[in-house]
Amino acid sequence: MEIPAARDPVSALREVFGEAILHVKEFRGETTIVVAAERTAEALDFLRVTSGLVYNMLSDISAVDYFPDDYGDAFDGEESDYRPERFGVSYHILSMLYNRRLRVKAFATEDDPRLPTATVVWPAANWLEREIADMMGIVFEGHADQRRLLMPEDWYGHPHRRDYPLGKETVAFSFNVDEIHQHKPFARD
Amino acid sequence: MAVAEQTQSIEEQRSWEGSLDQLRGLVSERAITGETMLLNMGPHHPSTHGVLRLLLELDGEQIVSCLPDIGFLHTGIEKSLEDKSYEKALPLTDRMDYLSPMSNNMAYAAAVEKLLDLDVPERGQIIRVVCLELARCASHLVWLGTHAIDMGAMSVLLYAFRERERILGMFEMLSGQRMMSSYIRPGGVWRDVPDDFLPTIKQFLNDFPYKVDDYEALLTKNPIWKDRAQGVGVIEPDVALAYGMTGPALRGSGVNWDLRKAQPYCGYETYDFNVPLGEHGDVYDRYLIRIHEFRESMKILNQAVSRLETVKGPYRSQNNKYCPPLRSELGQSMEAVIHHFKLWTYGYDAPDEEIYNAIESPRGEIGCYIHGTGANKPRRVHFKTPSFIHISALPVVSKGYLLADMVAIIGSVDIVLGDCDR
Repeated sequence: MEIPAARDPVSALREVFGEAILHVKEFRGETTIVVAAERTAEALDFLRVTSGLVYNMLSDISAVDYFPDDYGDAFDGEESDYRPERFGVSYHILSMLYNRRLRVKAFATEDDPRLPTATVVWPAANWLEREIADMMGIVFEGHADQRRLLMPEDWYGHPHRRDYPLGKETVAFSFNVDEIHQHKPFARD
Repeated sequence: MAVAEQTQSIEEQRSWEGSLDQLRGLVSERAITGETMLLNMGPHHPSTHGVLRLLLELDGEQIVSCLPDIGFLHTGIEKSLEDKSYEKALPLTDRMDYLSPMSNNMAYAAAVEKLLDLDVPERGQIIRVVCLELARCASHLVWLGTHAIDMGAMSVLLYAFRERERILGMFEMLSGQRMMSSYIRPGGVWRDVPDDFLPTIKQFLNDFPYKVDDYEALLTKNPIWKDRAQGVGVIEPDVALAYGMTGPALRGSGVNWDLRKAQPYCGYETYDFNVPLGEHGDVYDRYLIRIHEFRESMKILNQAVSRLETVKGPYRSQNNKYCPPLRSELGQSMEAVIHHFKLWTYGYDAPDEEIYNAIESPRGEIGCYIHGTGANKPRRVHFKTPSFIHISALPVVSKGYLLADMVAIIGSVDIVLGDCDR
């Protein structure tokens, strides 16, 4: 069977999604494509099934919090950092056929961090998204299992946010947990 | 919450008759009515290889559904890394996958190198390959021993640990530590190999193939082993890909994907070795693959050791903005003192960009995502670990098999809970 020639993911996405492709960046040979948040799952599915792209494996999903540095400012075009919102979620996808990787990135707002789930595209996204929902507090709409993954069910806050204290804290037990949470210095709350 | 209310809720939690409502939608309706049985396996079950809890729904002895529960070993390593400079963060990565710390060091160091655009000298690359392959053998030896003991073959564990002890001895020679070595650093390795390392590893490479034959004599054609392993825990290739499985668990299903071949690092493309592949994707195939990987690792090690004798030169990058100067230079060069001081106090700045780099660990693809801040500490470090992905796939792999097979399946995908929870 003949393997179809590899296509450029950026131009292929631009053809289909047009305005929803917000930004493209190249760093150390890695391509990052920023997609409008509400069309992320759609774009990932397109990348997975389209001939010439076939990004058949989801390697990783990682989330990053841009607080307290600048984000949300107007993008001036020269700045290499495109950060329209507080949270960035990067989908690292891999095409085994063409042996290349791609990063699809979506931004989630600070007030209502929401993204569509990618579990419909890859079941592998299940736990990766649950981890992010747990540790970063981003809600993945349509995810079938919204329980916390790593932290206890009754945990308050999302540890991987940058405003979550790093240490020097009283250890929370069930008898003092309310007291501790009352004076916890979450910068954004 | 008032104290009285809280006491009551704790009482409720301790009650034997817990509510099943929170499991609605996660287990089948038959479990809610009591037609099938819900059984807790772990978190202290010996064959869960750590602290993994599985909530199993059983119809007789057959597994209807399986809900893995993780987080018991969550140590917040990714969060702690945010408060450390790049080099000082390295020892924490040892503690993730505690059976092959060298692979974690390598995943992290390679990601930092990519972020900084830092070079690694050839001798450093060769020492890294030696370490990584020794780590692969050490990790597979623990897997072999524990997997066999799970399935009732007691003696293999003792033999496997005997050989692992020699590998740990070699790690101690290199780094001064048996397990938490922190030996592979950004830019190369911590120090050159000591003089008595080469004779020791040669002796080991001489003996080890016969030891692998011994393990095979105990297991490969053993009818009890075959009965327990063949046709159990079959993973179809498309399922493995959809669930993101990597490493021997993916290759057991016949998918030819090894990052050492596909996206080589550390000069793996210059070594001659094969990637063993399975056919049926069952427990037995994954066992055979790891046994063959011992032999392939021996091939790589033999080539690397002979190169180590001929290739001389620096073992760590000479770029003193990122790698400390030699101790011997400190008495002669003021520049060296300044760099030394700067590196061990402040560290170095890395660009405010994100990168992802993956290597092939004994268990599969370890990916490291780093987002810098432009200063000396990362904004976010995330590790994609193979155990995490493989445990998330356990429900689909174990469905329909017997409870006793669950132990074999967990053993064959080779999970480490430290790797999973981080």
